[in-house]
Amino acid sequence: MVDKKIALTKKDRLAVWWRSNFLQGSWNYERMQNGGFAFSLIPALKKLYSKKEDRASALKRHLEFFNTHPYLASPVLGVTLALEEDKANGAPIDEVTIQGVKVGMMGPFAGIGDPVFWFTVKPIVGGLAASLAMAGNIMGPIIYFVVWNLIRIMFMWYTQELGYKAGSKITDNLSGNLLQNITKGASIMGMFILGSLVNRWVTVKFTPVVSNVKLDGKAYIHWDQLAHGAKGIQQALLQQKAGLSLTAHKVTTLQDNLDLLIPGLAGLLLTLFCMWLLKKKVSPIIIILGLFVVGVVLHVLHVM
Amino acid sequence: MQLNLIQIILVLIIAFLAGMEGILDQFHFHQPVIACTLIGLVTNNLMPCLILGGTLEMIALGWANIGAAVAPDAALASVASAIILVLGGQGRAGISSAIAIAVPLAVAGLLLTILVRTLATGIVHIMDAAAKEGNFKKIDFWQIVAICMQGLRIAIPAGLILIIGPKPVKEFLGLMPSWLTDGLSIGGGLVVAVGYAMVINMMASREVWPFFAIGFVLATIQDLTLIGLGAIGLSLALLYLALSNNNNGNSDDHGGGHANIGDPVGDIIDDY
Repeated sequence: MVDKKIALTKKDRLAVWWRSNFLQGSWNYERMQNGGFAFSLIPALKKLYSKKEDRASALKRHLEFFNTHPYLASPVLGVTLALEEDKANGAPIDEVTIQGVKVGMMGPFAGIGDPVFWFTVKPIVGGLAASLAMAGNIMGPIIYFVVWNLIRIMFMWYTQELGYKAGSKITDNLSGNLLQNITKGASIMGMFILGSLVNRWVTVKFTPVVSNVKLDGKAYIHWDQLAHGAKGIQQALLQQKAGLSLTAHKVTTLQDNLDLLIPGLAGLLLTLFCMWLLKKKVSPIIIILGLFVVGVVLHVLHVM
Repeated sequence: MQLNLIQIILVLIIAFLAGMEGILDQFHFHQPVIACTLIGLVTNNLMPCLILGGTLEMIALGWANIGAAVAPDAALASVASAIILVLGGQGRAGISSAIAIAVPLAVAGLLLTILVRTLATGIVHIMDAAAKEGNFKKIDFWQIVAICMQGLRIAIPAGLILIIGPKPVKEFLGLMPSWLTDGLSIGGGLVVAVGYAMVINMMASREVWPFFAIGFVLATIQDLTLIGLGAIGLSLALLYLALSNNNNGNSDDHGGGHANIGDPVGDIIDDY
């Protein structure tokens, strides 16, 4: 058990929670929510660290890349608060641990937040509000505003607290190599998630057509020979299920061919290329602007 | 319909709030059902704007910022179409033409979002400098500047529409080439790689690269959700730790830590 000389009070945690409402304010293409994450933690960091060097290195480590669903950042903030609190009290927690914990949590959490909030809660609340509003009922917008914010605010506060309590537990036991294990486990989990995210979220699509083959007469649906009306639709669906093509030609794009190797390969190569450029000390801003130019030019040339 | 000075100021404040929320995604002032209604409220056009908001909300239900992608801009769409509806002075009859202009505006708003998000990259570099000095105040200041920039993103176009009227807006939208908007959104898909490249550069070591590869390959299975992938990643990490600790002998046994780590999830649930 670490002897906690400096502890974060509920008031400090409330201040962090309030600031996390502005998490995405400085969302940027280089490190995404990093500015907001550091901004949210400031009330806690101010209390925990008094020396200038400590403050500087704390800010620096929280200005690293971060991105998740804006509401699911709260549990990550909670765990981070606990880790920083212990670090400030002398626990041997290094930057890689904190970074690994953050990165390891952000991917799966985004995977929770998007379907829950954007595709479930919002359509339900928004749909109800919209139908009331369309009928000229002023309760529509009021219900939306109150219900949405109530759910959101409660969720953010309680998950931040949950994260804070879970985080303290991690560092309570400093004997053994639990902490070392967490460091290693976090970076394993982090790299695993990064691999998945590069595959899912870096989108590179090549559109050129590499081949356009006329199919064998038996391999596609002959639309002109189908029966009329619903019966024809039934026949067409049955034939498609049996593996017949919808068109007389098989069009293969460059992307189809690349996907045969492994989907997402181009995104991976792009990421590796960016890593190489960054190691060569090329400024991320130049890379970002360059990629936008590349996107427009390749689109105009019909490559993407 | 002419607006008086107070009404114009209130509309601009609402536009500013909507712009902020368009990126913050928290209080949801930018949602059509709220933004349009507020503009209707301050301009004495409550009923038509409320119905406009409801109709736009139905269209915008599925728009969401996912990952690094930006959805069509509900903030600009709702603010601009509500202003156009009010200025047109046709009341309910003007709703459908206001909606017709709102959707292309939502797409055009993407360009402004991309612009501001790129400018914000400059801001976090200023924050980096402030961090070196351990200067909390400066970071607070620039975070607020960034948020205000998002507000102006909508407030300035709203002001322009108030000054020049709705007609030139329609003409301008007709001028914007689709190759530029499409190309920029393709570019938006590419730049995500830069952020990942930075974290990987920081975390990578010989020991953990294989896990990156496994994650990448498993992600090609589209049926696996991110939560599923998270569970696999966590299990792999636990397995790896358990196996490598066994090889090192039972060096982690001193200190009686096992009581605490026996069932960490259960402990957390029990205590909460």
